[in-house]
Amino acid sequence: MNVHTTRDAAARLKNHASLGQTIRNSLTMAYRGLLKIRRTPEQLFDVTFQPILFTLMFTYIFGGAISGNVPNYLPVIIPGILVQTVIATSIVTGVQLRDDMEKGVFDRFKSLPIARIAPLAGALLADTVRYAIATVLTFVMGYLMGYRPDGGFEYVVIAGVMVIVCSWAVSWIFAFFGVIARSAAAVQGISMIVLFPLTFVSNAFVPVETMPDWLQWFVNINPISHLVTAVRELINQGKFGQDLVISLAGAAVIVAVFAPLTVRAYMRRV
Amino acid sequence: MVHQVTKKISPNTEWAVEARGLAKAFGANRAVNGVDLNVRTGTIYSVLGPNGAGKTTTIRILATLLRPDAGTARIFGHDVVKEPHIVRQLIGVTGQYASVDESLSANENLVLFSRLLGLGRKEARRKTAELLEQFGLIEAAKRPLKQFSGGMRRRLDLAASLIAQPPLIFLDEPTTGLDPRTRAQMWATIRQLVEAGSTVLLTTQYLDEADQLADRVAVIDRGRVVAEGTVDELKASVGSSSLQLRVQNSQDIADAREIVEQVLQVRSNVSAEAGKITAPMANADSVADLLIALRARGISLAEISVQKPTLDEVFLTITGHAATTNASPESDPSVMPEEVAVR
Repeated sequence: MNVHTTRDAAARLKNHASLGQTIRNSLTMAYRGLLKIRRTPEQLFDVTFQPILFTLMFTYIFGGAISGNVPNYLPVIIPGILVQTVIATSIVTGVQLRDDMEKGVFDRFKSLPIARIAPLAGALLADTVRYAIATVLTFVMGYLMGYRPDGGFEYVVIAGVMVIVCSWAVSWIFAFFGVIARSAAAVQGISMIVLFPLTFVSNAFVPVETMPDWLQWFVNINPISHLVTAVRELINQGKFGQDLVISLAGAAVIVAVFAPLTVRAYMRRV
Repeated sequence: MVHQVTKKISPNTEWAVEARGLAKAFGANRAVNGVDLNVRTGTIYSVLGPNGAGKTTTIRILATLLRPDAGTARIFGHDVVKEPHIVRQLIGVTGQYASVDESLSANENLVLFSRLLGLGRKEARRKTAELLEQFGLIEAAKRPLKQFSGGMRRRLDLAASLIAQPPLIFLDEPTTGLDPRTRAQMWATIRQLVEAGSTVLLTTQYLDEADQLADRVAVIDRGRVVAEGTVDELKASVGSSSLQLRVQNSQDIADAREIVEQVLQVRSNVSAEAGKITAPMANADSVADLLIALRARGISLAEISVQKPTLDEVFLTITGHAATTNASPESDPSVMPEEVAVR
């Protein structure tokens, strides 16, 4: 072992990780997340079964009542289910992060000269794989049930990527809960309370006009509604609308607020 | 890239660790309560103490994992609070509980940590192979860690701490729970590290471990350093061996104790078990004098033995109380440890 090389290198020691190092560290941590998914594939249960089950259930239960028949309901429900499922998947990110942080290996991550944000960013980045699986399965289910989006394949891909990006942004909120909560179960609890009203009090499943006025007011400002509308416009009309801009801007704001909050809470928690 | 201030550590930094008045409380529990430590570069330094004495908390502060409430600590001259990122580049930490990723294999763990430390793909694989070989983990490299024994886990943990060849290595109870053979292997590895130029700061509950490895020892109790010195100095203060003596008639105990203190010229202790006197001994030869003196006074013995001092006796001698787990420190000021500096 040659300690002297280390000593020479010490002459260039810096007290902060550079941007390049931050990105490299985060990607390495994402690689760890992927390895973990490969080792425990049962982690993927929720993202495989939920899209299949929910798409079938909601379409056949509500289709006739809301749109007269199932084929007419598909352009409404598939974007709704997509957003609901993928956003709900981001809760798991927070729960697993809490679980992970209990483990001894996080001590080592903290003692390594790596970017502080990397263990968090990496975990969140690896989870985009889960969102991608949920997205693809939802669209495949829709296709099997006879849904042929007018926007065409490329707009479906764009919509899918947009939903994944937005869910990644939202996962920072749950990561924050994950860092500050005492237990994984608490994270699950808090997150469900936040998410359940948000996804259901939106335009995801039913036409807004059927709701009372005061509820319509909330539905129209609900970010989930904007995201669902953006997806509908993309895949049904091939249109980049105002809601797309609102959704992406909202995602950026969430990351700008919650990423620093989460990292700060994470640093303090020892 | 933004221009960053770079600092040099002088290659002949004398002190690897300089800690002054470190303190950390968790609620009402003062885990660390004014710890001073100086560790000379290139040596093995041992922090000795019972469970709950503040050893792990001290290491966690020095390793930037915990912010001290008070006091300062510098690693090769770099402040652990103000320059944590620099400090992390100079240290390797092996925790009391294996800090490796349980869900990955040994191989994947070492590659992961190598990559995080900035090694390229190829270099990371080479370094991993080298460390697996060095720590005898080649056959188990691809198995999930769940199937690893405690000793294998520790070895992997230590291997992970050595990837960057840090000049200072913290080992928190490196051999607790290991079988004697694995423990001897761990000791050999630690000695090799220091021969290669590293500095090692280790914590232990075992006096013989400190004895085997350390150049200097700090005895820590209830968050304070109660004695500090070389192993020989520490031993001299508690006696190189320990006398245990039990009288037949318990009414003789006061007389017996007086004789022991007179002959051995030390302070003795009477243990809770009836009639048992313990005292440090510098020289096992003085047992003969003691026996003669006891016979002259007509005191009959039930049992007498001379043993190597245990941590318990070191504690008893230095602090005046037994080395028990300090989960709930007593509030009685009379049992507060007195400061005994062995220099």
